[in-house]
Amino acid sequence: MKNTLNIFTTLCILLLISCGGKEEKKKDGFSYEKKAVTEQKSAPTEKVPASKKIDLSNKGVGPITSLTLPSEIDETMATHGAEVFKKMCTACHRPDKKFIGPSPKGVLERRSPEWVMNMILNPEEMVQKDPLAKALLIEFNGSPMANQSLSQEDARAVLEYFRTLK
Amino acid sequence: MKNILKSAVAMLSVLVAFTSCNNPKSSNSGALAGNVAEKVYVAPGDHDEFYAFISGGFSGQLSVYGLPSGRLFKVIPVFSQDAEKAYGYNEETKPMLNTSHGFVPWDDAHHPDISQTNGVIDGRWVFINGNNTPRIAKVDLSVFETTEIIEIPNSAGNHSSSFVTENSEYVVAGTRFSVPIPQKDMPIKDYKGNFKGSLTFISVEPEHGHMDIKFQLIMPGFDYDLAHPGRGASHGWFFFSTYNSEEASTLMEVNASQNDKDFIAAVNWKKIEEYVNNGGGTMMPANYAHNVYDEATHSATSTMKKEVLVVNPSEVPGAVFLLPTPKSPHGCDVDPSGEYIVGNGKLSANLTVHSFTKMLNAIENKKFAGDAYGIPIINFEDVLAGVVEQPGLGPLHTEFDGKGNAYTTFFISSEVVKWKLGTWEVVDRQPCYYSVGHLMIPGGNSQKPFGKYVVAMNKITKDRYLPTGPEVTQSAQLYDISGEKMELLLDFPTIGEPHYAAGCPADLIKPRSKKIFNLEDNKHPYAAKSEADTKVVRDGNVVHIYMTTIRSHFSPDNIEGIKVGDKVYFHVTNLEQDYDVPHGVSMIGANTSELLIMPGQTETFLWEPKQVGVWPFYCTDFCSALHQEMQGYVRVSSANSNTTLKWSLGEDIE
Repeated sequence: MKNTLNIFTTLCILLLISCGGKEEKKKDGFSYEKKAVTEQKSAPTEKVPASKKIDLSNKGVGPITSLTLPSEIDETMATHGAEVFKKMCTACHRPDKKFIGPSPKGVLERRSPEWVMNMILNPEEMVQKDPLAKALLIEFNGSPMANQSLSQEDARAVLEYFRTLK
Repeated sequence: MKNILKSAVAMLSVLVAFTSCNNPKSSNSGALAGNVAEKVYVAPGDHDEFYAFISGGFSGQLSVYGLPSGRLFKVIPVFSQDAEKAYGYNEETKPMLNTSHGFVPWDDAHHPDISQTNGVIDGRWVFINGNNTPRIAKVDLSVFETTEIIEIPNSAGNHSSSFVTENSEYVVAGTRFSVPIPQKDMPIKDYKGNFKGSLTFISVEPEHGHMDIKFQLIMPGFDYDLAHPGRGASHGWFFFSTYNSEEASTLMEVNASQNDKDFIAAVNWKKIEEYVNNGGGTMMPANYAHNVYDEATHSATSTMKKEVLVVNPSEVPGAVFLLPTPKSPHGCDVDPSGEYIVGNGKLSANLTVHSFTKMLNAIENKKFAGDAYGIPIINFEDVLAGVVEQPGLGPLHTEFDGKGNAYTTFFISSEVVKWKLGTWEVVDRQPCYYSVGHLMIPGGNSQKPFGKYVVAMNKITKDRYLPTGPEVTQSAQLYDISGEKMELLLDFPTIGEPHYAAGCPADLIKPRSKKIFNLEDNKHPYAAKSEADTKVVRDGNVVHIYMTTIRSHFSPDNIEGIKVGDKVYFHVTNLEQDYDVPHGVSMIGANTSELLIMPGQTETFLWEPKQVGVWPFYCTDFCSALHQEMQGYVRVSSANSNTTLKWSLGEDIE
């Protein structure tokens, strides 16, 4: 009984101390010194993250081997693509900013159309075999690109929608 | 002398054992004897040749095995709640277990049978009976889920069920116990002549398989044990084994074993169908549940039905006959040609085989030995095709290989005996470990059995596996029946107590097995088909959360403004559209199971928070490398608080 009382008292004191401490700091959570900044400085060459890397010759791995985009954007197709995107992709992608996955804005300045289509249609094999897709998976914390079983037609429409995101 | 003989025999067998070891080629079954393991080995990544659907007995479920490997793939919840799959726990499937007695979360699942087209197994549905609170369930083999359950009124101990006719016109459910029809308060001792047994014919709509009770035949107060349909020439007839033709109601093990012969009831259901189609029969008040699961709404509804059409055999002359069959027959099995009806008289030393042709002749010539409550009894000798003399003790059930052989289980002598149809000679016998009940050859209840394997389902396991305390596993055994002699290949454990099984080639089912549910086709009233549709709606103290999942987050994952005393419904839609990516969800303190939601599906659980605080929920199915991050919080305020209802996902991201 005596012991229990002792423990209880100690706990109460500890609680008081921790409460008091927090008030003095007036700061939520905690922080510690991150060494990442100095490490980056000492790195001889700056690493470009996969999401920023430009590779227009890589066609990726999957059903799409060749795709030439006409110069004009097909507005009807793009509108359909926007609908498909909203339904099937917005759980992880926002058109204008990084979310769970990268933003598709300007993706065709960095990737070939075939690569984008293959990433939508064949993500499991892409993250295993395509070096860029692999690097993206790591950059985004191992969050996998979900295969949403889009038809080729719908994936093509989504691609057309991406062209409108400027 | 006796001892000397014994040791001589022992020495001889040792010698034989050694010799066969040294020179395997000289053994009876050739080089294969040493290669039994190879026959059941399915290499990693390879698929089995057959599906076997084995009844889960008192577990109430149906298990799915592969043959020849004996590997268990799935336990399909049918009559019992299954916390793993939320069956009978989530709001969508609770109605599946509704009955006229209210919610019944368990049953005793007995005899699965696969649907047929033109007398051949078609692999679309499996039907299985709940014995205790009489029900018939239908499992859809495109999703391996229970999609319909119909309660059987005027029935008790629904045992001679659930067998299908050769175009799945009907699935049949016969009562084991006779009872007062309709039920009433009366002395048990007045059983004789007053209790009746119902044989229920449930029509199966050909396209979607919807079940509906077409009619109930009200029979004398016997116990109806098992049944099988006629096929080929005998299509249009159904055969039911009976015992307790004594109509006893107490000390049955003695009193129901008095008569030298009980009966197999032959029912011309085509004739009764015609009678009913022309307005025959009596509509009788009843109360039974019909529960249907709709794949589009991912939800079940339960409807109470209020009447049933009953037919008395005397109304349809020439539709029902009794075939005397020795000693309380259990199995009542029809060979692939439809000519032979095997009565497995479980207390008889012999197996009785009736001839369908002889039965028709006897009926035509009106050769009757008498009648029971107006139902003609055919002379035993006039319907008998043959007798398998003393094949073993306690015959229970027979199946056929489609090559002219029959295989009968013997419970008391614990063996499977192979015999020839027509000559009735015993060809081979193999021991079972121990006390075998039913057996199954894939396609056994059809015109076209696939006579490669037989599965024997045993009642007693004893020392066959590592012990697990007083309760040990149930067990099945696989025999190769492709040769003249049977060969024991494998023991494998089963769930519950396996009563019967149905099997078919995997290729019949595999190509039709669904991978996902299309999100677009989801008609669940509370579905959120994209994150834009997610919301939290309060209606008094009822809160509906429209939630989504995708690898690896819930949307919303932060919810505030829930109060103690609320009824909070989590309606969770899995947005994934990829094969084998279910998500689970569970809430701390919820008085129910988790949900396990397939891609494109919506499921709902109810949470009634009782304590103020911030309470977490999380994904229970390891879904990705970030599965452990798939979690969220609900803030619960006191009942009279003014906390604003709000919800969010990643508000502060980048």
